[in-house]
Amino acid sequence: MSERASYWKANIRLVTGCLIVWFIVSFGFGIILAEPLNNISLGGYKLGFWFAQQGSIYTFVFLIFFYAWRMNKLDRKFNVHED
Amino acid sequence: MDLQTMTYLVVGLSFAIYIGIAFWARAKTTGDFYVAGKGVHPVSNGMATAADWMSAASFISMAGLIAFNGYGASVFLMGWTGGYVLLAMLLAPYLRKFGKYTVPEFIGDRYYSRTARIVAVICLILASITYVIGQMKGIGVAFSRFLETSYEMGLYIGMGVVFIYAVMGGMKGITYTQIAQYVILIFAYTVPAVFISLSLTGVALPQLGLGADMSGTSMSMLDKLDLVVGELGFKEYSTQVMGSKLNMFVYTMSLMIGTAGLPHVIMRFFTVPKVKDARATAGWALVFIAILYTTAPAVGAMARLNLMETIQVGEVGTVEGNLAYDDRPQWFKNWETTGLLQFEDKNGDGRIQYYNDKDETFAAKAESYGWKGNEMVKVDRDIMVLANPEIAKLPNWVIALVVAGGLAAALSTAAGLLLAIASSISHDLLKGVFMPSISEKAELLAGRIAMAAAIAMAGYFGLHPPDFAAGTVAIAFGLAAASIFPALMMGIFNKRANRAGAIWGMIAGISVTMLYVFQHKGIMFVPGTDFLGDMGANWFFGISPNAFGAVGAVVNFAVAIIVSKLTSPPPEHIQHLVEDIRVPAGAGAATGH
Repeated sequence: MSERASYWKANIRLVTGCLIVWFIVSFGFGIILAEPLNNISLGGYKLGFWFAQQGSIYTFVFLIFFYAWRMNKLDRKFNVHED
Repeated sequence: MDLQTMTYLVVGLSFAIYIGIAFWARAKTTGDFYVAGKGVHPVSNGMATAADWMSAASFISMAGLIAFNGYGASVFLMGWTGGYVLLAMLLAPYLRKFGKYTVPEFIGDRYYSRTARIVAVICLILASITYVIGQMKGIGVAFSRFLETSYEMGLYIGMGVVFIYAVMGGMKGITYTQIAQYVILIFAYTVPAVFISLSLTGVALPQLGLGADMSGTSMSMLDKLDLVVGELGFKEYSTQVMGSKLNMFVYTMSLMIGTAGLPHVIMRFFTVPKVKDARATAGWALVFIAILYTTAPAVGAMARLNLMETIQVGEVGTVEGNLAYDDRPQWFKNWETTGLLQFEDKNGDGRIQYYNDKDETFAAKAESYGWKGNEMVKVDRDIMVLANPEIAKLPNWVIALVVAGGLAAALSTAAGLLLAIASSISHDLLKGVFMPSISEKAELLAGRIAMAAAIAMAGYFGLHPPDFAAGTVAIAFGLAAASIFPALMMGIFNKRANRAGAIWGMIAGISVTMLYVFQHKGIMFVPGTDFLGDMGANWFFGISPNAFGAVGAVVNFAVAIIVSKLTSPPPEHIQHLVEDIRVPAGAGAATGH
């Protein structure tokens, strides 16, 4: 497999992983599983409610920086970075 | 100093800052400072993107919707932040590598078709105009309160200000002005939140205050709110859903993919210096957006609690439990002037009964108290953020600051969108397709005329907006989600996607969405033109029209994939183009603003 094809494959793998987390914290914990999670409390928050209005947003921020960091490493590894 | 003078002063001062910075930055621009977007750090760029992004919907409208929809309004919080994840990972770096100026330009080149470009322009214009209608609603609310006049008058004045602001144009393109706007906007949003959080819970950080105990009690703020609204027959704040769980799922998805399909945000990523910076900029933009978005739930919940306790001063059911209309506070009178808050003394007792008369059990109970229906006949959701500091009795300068912040948010986004509309028409349609030889001056003039027409149209529809500001904006996101996002994403990730697939996909996606929206809300939102009225509201699996964009996107993807399969693959050079945008190496210099 060519360098570029393996770079693209690694990229897809990384993005897929990130998007699974993205889906779980928002659609999963924040919506689909909100009721059962609401039985657990986090401070004065019900956990499902917290994920929907706070937790998912924090996770999104983390995900983008994690992705950017890993992508920059991939760029160098496969020697496709700029400059 | 009285509130009115203070408001003029603070709003005037904030505008002086924007204009001053625009002037200062422009002077430097000529000195080769700003060539090709060099020197704008991802942090600054992220902050400017955040200012561009957070509009009247985020600043003025969203917390009001949270206040009245509780958990159900989470769709806005997750939808308008989660979209950045998609933008950062699926679009931004590749569009930057492609290195052109507008979204339709990418679609036209990738799908080797002028028709595709024209379809993309039409989709963008539809989405952007709907978006501006939402802004106009917010601007009308802010100006009507600020100038103490009716909503309609506020809207007309707002239209004039937006026009001047957008035509001055240059001001908008300058990153530093937007940074100033962000600072004022976020300061204006968080200061009252901190004050109110401190007074209710003793915790300064609103994000923690919302989950803390009420001052001097062992009951958490959210439990207290559930109790207070429950006592008056309203749904439990922390669990009430918007429509249904399925509707919330689809609504959130629609806002997320719409975020990644709107032109004025994507355009920012065309101008960052490097592909690497496109990724970082998305991250920083979300950091700055998250500061407001994680504060908003606290603003909404605390505003609701304060509102309920202002009106229901004592035990439910006792005569003294309800505020006497003559004792209503000043903010109540101010908002009555705008027509956005209305009271009707249905049982003639001179007191205000505010409760949920749609809840049958509670309505029966209310009758035994001698209540004859909910007397707060109109509480426009969009006034909550602006009224919030007044309800909480914060100092005048804080109230003035919030007005300035709301105007900054609404104006910066409206101007950004109008520029996107203008460039679609003058750059993509006129110069790109119909009149390639048009002079630069004529192109500029065409852009300005398009802008004026868009403002007039948006203002006209703003008189009867299809929904609250955030709801109207949600429809705009649905339109973008159903048309642009799938075409962009497949353009990058699916080499087999071809011209016919993209064109039919976009047409199918946006048509399905528009049909559903217009069927509910009237053609171009004109009241009385809704059709098929007997089909019942939200007949498609209970999905509301505001949320329908995600369904449109699915239709778009499906049609595009099937049509692409049945027709011949894209030519060789297009396949090379796709391979080329997938790697950062060899990216050209950024396109200038």
